[in-house]
Amino acid sequence: MITSKRLQDRIIDWFIALFLLALGISTLLPLINTLAISLSERAAVSGGMVKLTPVGFNLTAYEYILQDTKFWRAFGISVLRVALGGLLNFALAVLTAFPLSRSEKAFPGRNIFIWMFVFGMILNVGIVPWYLTIAQYKLIDTIWALVLPGAVPIWNVIILMNFFRNIPKELDEAARIDGANPWQLLWHIYLPTSLPALATITLFSIVGHWNSFFDGLILMNNPDNYPLQTYIQQLVIADRPILHGGQAQLMVKLSNATLNAAKLFVAMIPILIIYPFLQRYFVRGIMLGAVKE
Amino acid sequence: MQKHSDRISYFVMIFPGLVLLIAFTFVPLFYSVIAFQKFNPALGIQNSPWVGLENFLYIFRVRDAQQVFFNTIFIAVMKIILLELAAIVFALLLNDLRYLHVKRTVQTMVYLPHFLSWVILAGILRTVLARNGLLNDFLGWFGVGPVYFLGRPDLFPWVIILSDVWKEFGFEAILYLAALTTIDPTLYEVAELDGANRFQKMWYISIPGILPTIVLVASLSLGNILNAGFDQIFNLYSPIVYSTGDILDTYVYRIGLIQGQYSIGTAVGLLKTVVSLILIGISYWIAGKFANYRIF
Repeated sequence: MITSKRLQDRIIDWFIALFLLALGISTLLPLINTLAISLSERAAVSGGMVKLTPVGFNLTAYEYILQDTKFWRAFGISVLRVALGGLLNFALAVLTAFPLSRSEKAFPGRNIFIWMFVFGMILNVGIVPWYLTIAQYKLIDTIWALVLPGAVPIWNVIILMNFFRNIPKELDEAARIDGANPWQLLWHIYLPTSLPALATITLFSIVGHWNSFFDGLILMNNPDNYPLQTYIQQLVIADRPILHGGQAQLMVKLSNATLNAAKLFVAMIPILIIYPFLQRYFVRGIMLGAVKE
Repeated sequence: MQKHSDRISYFVMIFPGLVLLIAFTFVPLFYSVIAFQKFNPALGIQNSPWVGLENFLYIFRVRDAQQVFFNTIFIAVMKIILLELAAIVFALLLNDLRYLHVKRTVQTMVYLPHFLSWVILAGILRTVLARNGLLNDFLGWFGVGPVYFLGRPDLFPWVIILSDVWKEFGFEAILYLAALTTIDPTLYEVAELDGANRFQKMWYISIPGILPTIVLVASLSLGNILNAGFDQIFNLYSPIVYSTGDILDTYVYRIGLIQGQYSIGTAVGLLKTVVSLILIGISYWIAGKFANYRIF
């Protein structure tokens, strides 16, 4: 009786495991399909023969991308944007969250400031006024248009603020007695004790900057200033020939589909590289945030 | 004395953030007044003629806008319902799984699409959903003829809804997995002694255990009911499917920035902002009352 129940349990375990594995794999099938296309020969791709493994394996598409100056310029702009934007997001999140985590007595006006930031977060002015404002500041076609409007990551500020408030007050008081000022408190006590939270918000802001395309599309008039996602959006989705460059001559050897698939894949590589780090941190970070108290 | 210098330090710290907040959130609010003008960029805000509520009345008259409003809510509501259902079922099954390696592997696989942009995913989906793409091959095994998913107005909203579920269900499940870890294990032991099978344990212990989280997610999602997902739809739609696929944000983009009807675009945007603010207020209130959630 007991053994048959155990056997039944086992079978259900296996069934669930198999189902979830199949689900996981099928989640990735579209990505695998694209990778296979990027590695296949022209005839097979245009004939719709490529499924999950490359047909007529070759690296021509990737060789071509290596020499594509337009692609790498867009890539470089995205890297610059991630570096500048990530740094600004980090600095401003910390500098804004710390005073807001103090008590109203220590920092009069704190509550008003918090409400201003919360209001700023949920207030979405709409793209037309947003665009007109940035144009008014003469930021169009500069890298600052991509990093300044979102420089204060308000949601991250709130997460950090809550995190700071949960740090034991004893640490704070001990440092106070040793004569620490707020800057020293922040630098020597709060930052070192918040590393997991800081890592999580920084990784998320890096991913956010790398992935955004829309601001690049409307705030850059000159396609030479497009970040990578905007470049890919215009090339693959909007199919604007202006960006193809020398792609036309190459059509004899490569299909557009192959080349585009390869570009999609190269644009994914930075995410795939930081993904393992991300995953380790955010699962814990989100769990902590979700189950607090 | 020291207290006073502390306050100055705090203010110096918050100052840059405050300036940027005002410059990029509150100043644009001022530009919203063009919703009440017949705005002409050459004349600027000061010299453009005022028209009162004419732009808003125009929105309510055109049939386009009504359809867009309906599309937005339909897509957003269906996304919320199906995404949460998928995430809950996935979290329950994953929580029940005893093989830790399989658990980790599956988690790594299903979280990934969340971190890829809709530009990349739309590029991929356009290939997969094409006539000779992967999905049509699969349907072909069951004798279903090739379907042009991105060109059929009747199917397009479902393509949007289901591809969003595909991208996000794993990530959404993290919340429920976190909630499941807080359930007291002795409850399961007691249930086992009483002879409960694993589905009864799910039904009588796990689901009631994550109910507060479900209520929280549901009430917070109310604030997002006018956001059906700009990036996703913008990168997947085409004029053929505007009738069912156009949402408020894509409509504002086309009317406001592409066709240059700044005032109409701003009016639609402003209307959306006001309604959204009210909905967010209500949703935070409900979340605070029924799920004890406070933002800070």
